[in-house]
Amino acid sequence: MSAQITVLQAYNQALSDAMSDDDQVLVLGEDIADPEEGGVVGLTKGLSTKFGELRVRTTPISEEAIIGAAVGASLVGFRPVAEIMLMNFTTVAMDMIVNHAAKLRYMSGGQTHCPLVIRTMTGAGMSTGGQHSDYYEAWFAHTPGMKVVCPSTTEDAYGLLRSAIDDPDPVMVVENMPIYWTKGPKPEAGHRVPLGKANILSPGTDITIVSYSRTVLEALGALQAISGAGVSAEIIDLRTVQPWDQEAVLASVEKTGRLLIAHEAVVPFGCGAEIAAVVQDQLFGKLKAPVKRLGASFNPVPFSKPLETAHMTDAAKIAAAAIALVKGE
Amino acid sequence: MSTNTYVPDGPTKLEMFRKMALLKANDERSRKVITTGRLIMPYYSYRGQEAIPAAMGVVLKDTDYLCTIYRGIHDMLAKGLPLKSLWAEIAGRVEGTCKGKGGPMHLTDVEHGVMVTTGIVGASMPIANGLAWASQLRGEDRVAVATFGDAASNIGAFHEALNLASVWKLPTIFVCQNNLWGEHTAYEKSTSAKRIADRAAAYCMPGICVDGNDPVELYGAFCEAVARARAGEGPTLIEAVTFRFQGHVFGDASGYIPKEEMEAAKARDPYPLFRARLIAEAIATEEELSAIEAAHEASLDEAVEFALASPFPAAEEACTDVYGEVA
Repeated sequence: MSAQITVLQAYNQALSDAMSDDDQVLVLGEDIADPEEGGVVGLTKGLSTKFGELRVRTTPISEEAIIGAAVGASLVGFRPVAEIMLMNFTTVAMDMIVNHAAKLRYMSGGQTHCPLVIRTMTGAGMSTGGQHSDYYEAWFAHTPGMKVVCPSTTEDAYGLLRSAIDDPDPVMVVENMPIYWTKGPKPEAGHRVPLGKANILSPGTDITIVSYSRTVLEALGALQAISGAGVSAEIIDLRTVQPWDQEAVLASVEKTGRLLIAHEAVVPFGCGAEIAAVVQDQLFGKLKAPVKRLGASFNPVPFSKPLETAHMTDAAKIAAAAIALVKGE
Repeated sequence: MSTNTYVPDGPTKLEMFRKMALLKANDERSRKVITTGRLIMPYYSYRGQEAIPAAMGVVLKDTDYLCTIYRGIHDMLAKGLPLKSLWAEIAGRVEGTCKGKGGPMHLTDVEHGVMVTTGIVGASMPIANGLAWASQLRGEDRVAVATFGDAASNIGAFHEALNLASVWKLPTIFVCQNNLWGEHTAYEKSTSAKRIADRAAAYCMPGICVDGNDPVELYGAFCEAVARARAGEGPTLIEAVTFRFQGHVFGDASGYIPKEEMEAAKARDPYPLFRARLIAEAIATEEELSAIEAAHEASLDEAVEFALASPFPAAEEACTDVYGEVA
């Protein structure tokens, strides 16, 4: 068995390797330097000791100032990786992200651009309640100029973050907090996962299940129950939601004729809606069943454990929905 | 805060006049071109505020960075943006600095350090910090200037940016053009501080309040702030008190400004005052100043005609420059 590391270590390794490879890579955010223990979950531990506190800079709790500093430095060639501790806190920096980072290339007619990365963690399952757990990837995927990635494994965490840092435009890296401490193969140094490229995790013939972030692990968890019911499911980890891999998804659904999209965010106006719309538009006559979406119910993430569990998209729900779609129940 | 250390010499004063004359002529021409229907654009007149960028422009170098706002064409021209590029841009033509994709509110001209123009109140400041951080990281002596209005000192971005600049000792210069009106609302109705410069104390940085209609006083303030920034001693907040002679946006007749207040402000119009001063101080003659004004008018004639004769971008251009090429 190859060496194993946690998802959290994979992100740390990606940052460290990127900073070693390119002295224009900067890291900034709240509590991120070593005197502050390398972040609230220790993800950036060791970086400031290795690269100095000018390149790995702890900031005040000022999200707009953080992204503003990243935008300004990126305009003149630096590649800042800004950490917004929790995805809900991006709301405080929305103007800098949406009106500036995403639009400056366009509004300047290509004279400037913002090669910056925003790393942010989120996810339900740890009883963090209504303001620390939300998935807002659809907001940013809906913003021209932005790219959004949602890794689910150690190799994707490393490879997508490295590609995000290489990218000439702003990329939001949505990190799932509950899976930070799950283990997987140690990625090779320099490994890249191209943005916009999905990963087919399990081939199948009856139904395509498209997912991303932690929900991919739930889909894999559903596989046994699905095959037990005599259904062959193809599971696709989208990995990037903007731009998403239409080619891979369309090819798979053309083969299976059925599509289930599962994500952690609330269902209405989520990324699943966009995928469903494109698939029905392109493959209308080839679908054997209506496209189905699974996600959170349309309410804030609840605190109380049973409510939080009910709110989430788990393996059992995915299995039931997939089997029902194929069996026509 | 003393600003006597830096006194402009005759040629510098004349250069400031030259810039003020350009800015004033450009504003008047803009309103004329819109009124006659030759151009359609949102326009935020800066008439009355010309002295501030004129002084800034003679102190900054081309390599220094500027982040300005929707009422910012005076800042850009003073920083060196060429008239033809400006006019082609605000006319939405391909020869504009942004190929017509920015317009008057989102103009960028990297060559002259005009890095960002924002339509969002307060947003120039956090971005200027990033440019200043870049300069600090590279050990350069470039400074980053963020200009903004008095009302922007009430938004979160101002406070986040000043605090960060102070903690990080960034070479950022925060230039508040206090024209006493935030859109339609009077200063005292929206702003708790007697002086915006007083707010600098809360962030442990120097705050300088100057007469924003006096280029000589402004020159001193800019020199002091720029010297401090270039020496690595950190940011400065400059408050330049001035007035806006037009409405918030073109077409707004500024009925909310009391007549007497407007008349008193116009009596202190920085342009004729500085013009008379240069003649009184024998720095230039009436004829020389008139020649400068006539030359600006001729350049404007040329720039406007150039812009209006330039082609519009092709429709396909709407979808380019959204993302760059991935290597």
